[in-house]
Amino acid sequence: MTVRLHRRGFVAGAAALSAALWLRHDARAASAMGFDEARLLLSRTAFGATPAEIRALEIQDYASAVDRLLANARPQAATPAPAWIDLGPAEVRRQQQAAESEARAKPGVDGKPLQIARPVQEQGRELRNWWVEEMLVTDQPLVERMVLFWHNHFTSSMLKVRYAPALFRQNALFRQEALGNFATLLKEVARDPAMLIYLDGMRSVARQPNENFARELLELFTLGEGRYGEADIKAAARAFTGWSIDRETGRFIARAGQHDDGEKTFLGQTGRFGGEEVIAILLKHPRTAETIVEKMWREFVSLTPDPAAVKRLAASFRDGGYEIKPLVRALLLSPAFRDPANRGGLIKSPVELIVGTVHVLGLPVPEKTQLVRMMQGLGQVPFDPPNVKGWPGGESWITTYTLLLRQQYLRRIVEATTVASMEGATMDGGMAMRPGPNRRADRRQQVPGDDSTMQMREPARPVEGRSLRNAGGEARLGASLGGADSATLIRTLLPRRPIDPVDTSGAPGAVVAAAMLDPAYQLK
Amino acid sequence: MGRILLLVELKGGNDGLNTLVPYADARYRELRPVLGVAREHVLPLDEKVGLHDKLEPLMESWKAGDCAILQGVGYPYPNRSHFRSIEIWDTASTANQTLSEGWIAQAFQGASLPKGAAVDCIVADTNALPATGPSLRTIVMQDAENFLRQAEAMKETGAKPDGGNPALRHLLAVRQEINAASAGLRDRLRAAPIPAHAYSQDTGLGRQLDLATRLLAAKVPVIAIKVAMGGFDTHANQAQTHERLLGVLAGGLATLRKNLIAADRWNDVLVMTYSEFGRRARQNASAGTDHGTAAPQFIFGGGVKGGLYGAYPSLADLQDGDLKYAVDFRCVFASVAQGCWGLQRDFGLRQPQRLSFLAA
Repeated sequence: MTVRLHRRGFVAGAAALSAALWLRHDARAASAMGFDEARLLLSRTAFGATPAEIRALEIQDYASAVDRLLANARPQAATPAPAWIDLGPAEVRRQQQAAESEARAKPGVDGKPLQIARPVQEQGRELRNWWVEEMLVTDQPLVERMVLFWHNHFTSSMLKVRYAPALFRQNALFRQEALGNFATLLKEVARDPAMLIYLDGMRSVARQPNENFARELLELFTLGEGRYGEADIKAAARAFTGWSIDRETGRFIARAGQHDDGEKTFLGQTGRFGGEEVIAILLKHPRTAETIVEKMWREFVSLTPDPAAVKRLAASFRDGGYEIKPLVRALLLSPAFRDPANRGGLIKSPVELIVGTVHVLGLPVPEKTQLVRMMQGLGQVPFDPPNVKGWPGGESWITTYTLLLRQQYLRRIVEATTVASMEGATMDGGMAMRPGPNRRADRRQQVPGDDSTMQMREPARPVEGRSLRNAGGEARLGASLGGADSATLIRTLLPRRPIDPVDTSGAPGAVVAAAMLDPAYQLK
Repeated sequence: MGRILLLVELKGGNDGLNTLVPYADARYRELRPVLGVAREHVLPLDEKVGLHDKLEPLMESWKAGDCAILQGVGYPYPNRSHFRSIEIWDTASTANQTLSEGWIAQAFQGASLPKGAAVDCIVADTNALPATGPSLRTIVMQDAENFLRQAEAMKETGAKPDGGNPALRHLLAVRQEINAASAGLRDRLRAAPIPAHAYSQDTGLGRQLDLATRLLAAKVPVIAIKVAMGGFDTHANQAQTHERLLGVLAGGLATLRKNLIAADRWNDVLVMTYSEFGRRARQNASAGTDHGTAAPQFIFGGGVKGGLYGAYPSLADLQDGDLKYAVDFRCVFASVAQGCWGLQRDFGLRQPQRLSFLAA
């Protein structure tokens, strides 16, 4: 299936956000927010914004726009789920073993074993592509960003879990509670099969409790370092013993016989605690809300959380029963967020950079593996955070290596001159048509050998595209940016004025190329 | 300024038992009935251990006495995940500690750095973690010409005000760092002599060692260079693959030695291999080996005192089927920090054992 340009606007039954975006011009609110603030709001809540999307928002009242943004989130993905999501772990293992013996049966060439598609790796690839597809086509990008936020908070990695159905279901849980309730989410995560595999909970039994989950629950998911002792970790680990997964179905199962039901002292309280009680105690602790609010501040507002504001927001977050929507609303309405000096105050993550660029240019990308490979080069593969702490984000996104690589990828995207025609696709006003994703060809391009060492191979062709620099006429700019004047293009693409001079007298394509290669394009 | 460290990462977990072979131990044959290296394919170093004969190119260095082999290097509570274990090595952390700063960067906290190149570490593969941290200016560059071209494409146009925006300040600082590195490297690299002995350009390692040789011959004042070679995760049909890898590794390192001797740089360099873990002592049912623990490290250089260090892990005393380590890798790092850069570092160990493979 070819993704049509600007699909976000065409999705059938588009929910609240799209409806809001496509308000007619005469619906201009009395207190219209204006272009730049609309751009800011979209840059922090969506993946890139086109002039049309900004225009649709700028005429609205800011607070009501935020409310519409948060209203009626649909808890399911629009992209059809991969076929294998109901396979149990035992079945996946059988298939993997079969593939491996097939690989062994075939002699290699020059000492290099032949590459046989192995289900675990293949499912991981499909899972990453599925999510990237959803980010590209979704009509509610804020939900997708929240799913990514929770994925980065409650990390689990395909490299360790090696059972894609569980990661798919964990992703569905994050989508269910994306803007829902943090207390619910925390309780569900503790019994989430991917988490039970990732942090060894499934191995934790009364006679030998595994402390991995308990440690991260306290250090990363709730309180933060220095707010508890080693004894609290040991007590919590005992409380969660017996929480495991069924080997055939891959679903949560509580094995009563493996549970330590003895008395425990946790954070000063004593009782025959199980996992639920430990979580209840953590949810009463003021630090839990503060940890989440600080992290969300860094996600949405700025690199430097304001301690007083964090305390205030955390108190109402906790008092309000950990409802996520009011918290996001408060952050988006906060003076710190709306301060014009804050524009361009955050650095785009690799996922935002790649998905946002594809969205803004309206590029058709039938096969997502190339996009995932770029994300990998830049240090953010969905479903594979670097460790249990997740992606540190912020300034760490930009190093001497990743900055050059970001520029290289962007240059390749804007200069992919004749790629489309070379691949036999036809050009039609910027809309490339292809018969369908060439899965097999794509598999051949996969990194040979051991994928767990994360060897990065340079993408041969990132996406199909048109040369923006040499496009000349705006016909080749595509529907998402076509028709906009130079000044609008720059205001759309950059959160602040360009760092380096941009020649605005050139063709629109050249202006877009210059803006995307300006350092300010890395900011949001 | 001391010596330049050239790190060689063997990605995937190199099989130490078939690299430095305990050929005289009958248990080796029991554990590796199919996969064991036959006696006639072992180059004995002493009466107990010897090198796989695909490592023959390294014998010149061994005989010249500038090859040290550290036996049984590992750490307590070994982690068998590639990702996690390489992170433990690269950040010199304990098994249950997650650090974000690399061990070389930690070593240089508060230390002075050589002046002149505007870059401290050059990483020729993609994993820069050992040299990642605020104390170091690290550049990742697989291909020097490409790096210089990319940097030129992003040329600086004078100082830019950041308007008090920390994200923008960081971005501009990084850009400045790239430009400075590129300016510092451009003339030196383009004037660097072509290595006297050519590397195989078919392998990533050959291309990376070629770049390392040019940097060293051009006397770029860095503290460390890193290269890597992948493919060591040999779960199935190991023998053929592993032999090929050892051959590529030994050929590359032997060529490096010749080149650096020819360029009169061999005394100024310490070459050190490492891998996230070794492999399980017993071969598996697929004629391969699974993730293991301790393994040998190779160290080369004009200033190296050749020989065997540490102790070969006993095959009679396995822990869950894995070798017990004899030397904590952080002792190796501490010895390198001292021997290369004159830095006293303990990497979190109370009293790291100093290995004497380098003159103090």
